[in-house]
Amino acid sequence: MSRYFTEDHEWIDIDGETATVGITDYAQGQLGDIVFAEVPSVGAVLKKGGDAAVVESVKAASDVYAPVSGTVTEANGALEGDPALVNSDPEGEGWFFKLTLSDAGELDGLMDADAYRAFVDGL
Amino acid sequence: MGQPAGISVTLNGTMMSEQPPEDINDDFDIDDIEEIEILELPLDVWHRERGARMVEFAGYHMPIQYEGIMAEHSWTRTNAGLFDVSHMGQLMLSGEGADTALERLVPGDISALTEGRMRYSLLLSDDGGILDDLMITRTPMGLYLVVNGAVKMEDMAYLRGELPDEITLNYMEDRALLALQGPKAAEALARVVPGALRLFFMEADMFLWGEHPLWISRSGYTGEDGFEISLAGELVREFADALCAQAEVKPIGLGARDSLRLEAGLPLYGHDLDEQIDPVQADLKFALSKRRRDEGGFYGAARILSAYRDGPDKKRVGFAVDGRIPVREGAVVFAGDEAVGLITSGGFAPTVAAPIAMGYVAAAYSEIRTELTAEVRGKRIAITIVPMPFVAHNYHRKGKSV
Repeated sequence: MSRYFTEDHEWIDIDGETATVGITDYAQGQLGDIVFAEVPSVGAVLKKGGDAAVVESVKAASDVYAPVSGTVTEANGALEGDPALVNSDPEGEGWFFKLTLSDAGELDGLMDADAYRAFVDGL
Repeated sequence: MGQPAGISVTLNGTMMSEQPPEDINDDFDIDDIEEIEILELPLDVWHRERGARMVEFAGYHMPIQYEGIMAEHSWTRTNAGLFDVSHMGQLMLSGEGADTALERLVPGDISALTEGRMRYSLLLSDDGGILDDLMITRTPMGLYLVVNGAVKMEDMAYLRGELPDEITLNYMEDRALLALQGPKAAEALARVVPGALRLFFMEADMFLWGEHPLWISRSGYTGEDGFEISLAGELVREFADALCAQAEVKPIGLGARDSLRLEAGLPLYGHDLDEQIDPVQADLKFALSKRRRDEGGFYGAARILSAYRDGPDKKRVGFAVDGRIPVREGAVVFAGDEAVGLITSGGFAPTVAAPIAMGYVAAAYSEIRTELTAEVRGKRIAITIVPMPFVAHNYHRKGKSV
């Protein structure tokens, strides 16, 4: 399994054709206390760069864009009852959704963990 | 997700900063952006040393949060929070007849204010719209005004243009302003400035800290008991340290200030109040003093007093929100398919532990318990009009047992 990152502060775990998507620890730190997360429905067809989910902190709503294109196979139901999972375990239990990749080639432009760390350090 | 910069800009933008009118954005270019100088307040370094995340607000770098809005909010509701509100405008009006001159621009009874008493009031445009909300205190030096940071320059230009030349308007630019708020604010302040405890809600006086004068009022913007302390900018770092040395006190950012005031049902200028809104629509009738209602003689009196008598066409109300999705500023309010109002402030309320909102609805829909909906991302969220405040005020009023 390999993990990729985007400049929009999402992480993507790839396991075969399935991608699990969440927001990074850096992103949750910037957003602050998460009070609501809206995840896509199973079967939704997402296009890279399109709206995929919404994360709401005490103060503001932020869009989560689809980092890659694909069809949603599972959404993290635990976020409904406990949106603070995005703060406490953003890159684990606080995942948002899983999708089946429609174009594995889209992964090519993404960063690995080292490149993402360097990217965040430069912000 | 949105740009990293976008996160903080969004936080700031949706939250409290003056929203620039659309037409200003249209011809924005990078040269203009570079020319905008963001100013530093006397506690700038002090905030950064304490791990604050700084954002631009009202033209200054301001702390939006330290450890997190939820934790800071609940600390203030249970202990005491220290807020730096030095961006606000502190003005002194002096000269014979300053009170009656000011009464042409505000609907409160300023002449009747005795020394050391203060009043919440509204600065009115000539048609009765609200240009700002402010605190007015009578001091031995004159009328001390505290106005919103985002509009203080406009306020001063307006006051200068409207008041007679013999009234002196002094902008006390070198002074800082702190707010110490929460149920333990009094016991914490008692160890630093013991005398201040004799103040009741909406009273103010001068006190000495060592040999330094402090102007302290028992007032605030959180719904809690608390104090606002005006002092020389060069003294504020040392004084903030003295307060934070008390076990009950932590520094609190603007983020929690906003969620606290929303729970307290207090309007925020530029969001819940603006120059299109009059005091009756804003449900601030308490700011219309009896003598002024009887006598008139303030800007917009005809419009305002007729709305007072006959009821406003629309009204500011509070909303309970069904479910967990926050309903925020800009959401349209519906009764069935008909748009009947607009949300002007909203978000997650940490003490209520649910989303709450404030906004305007047409008078016919403004009764308590009216069930309406608000549109969020194309979905209709059920909302119900409820009395404000959302969290009971805890003021130290005169005559109330402690």
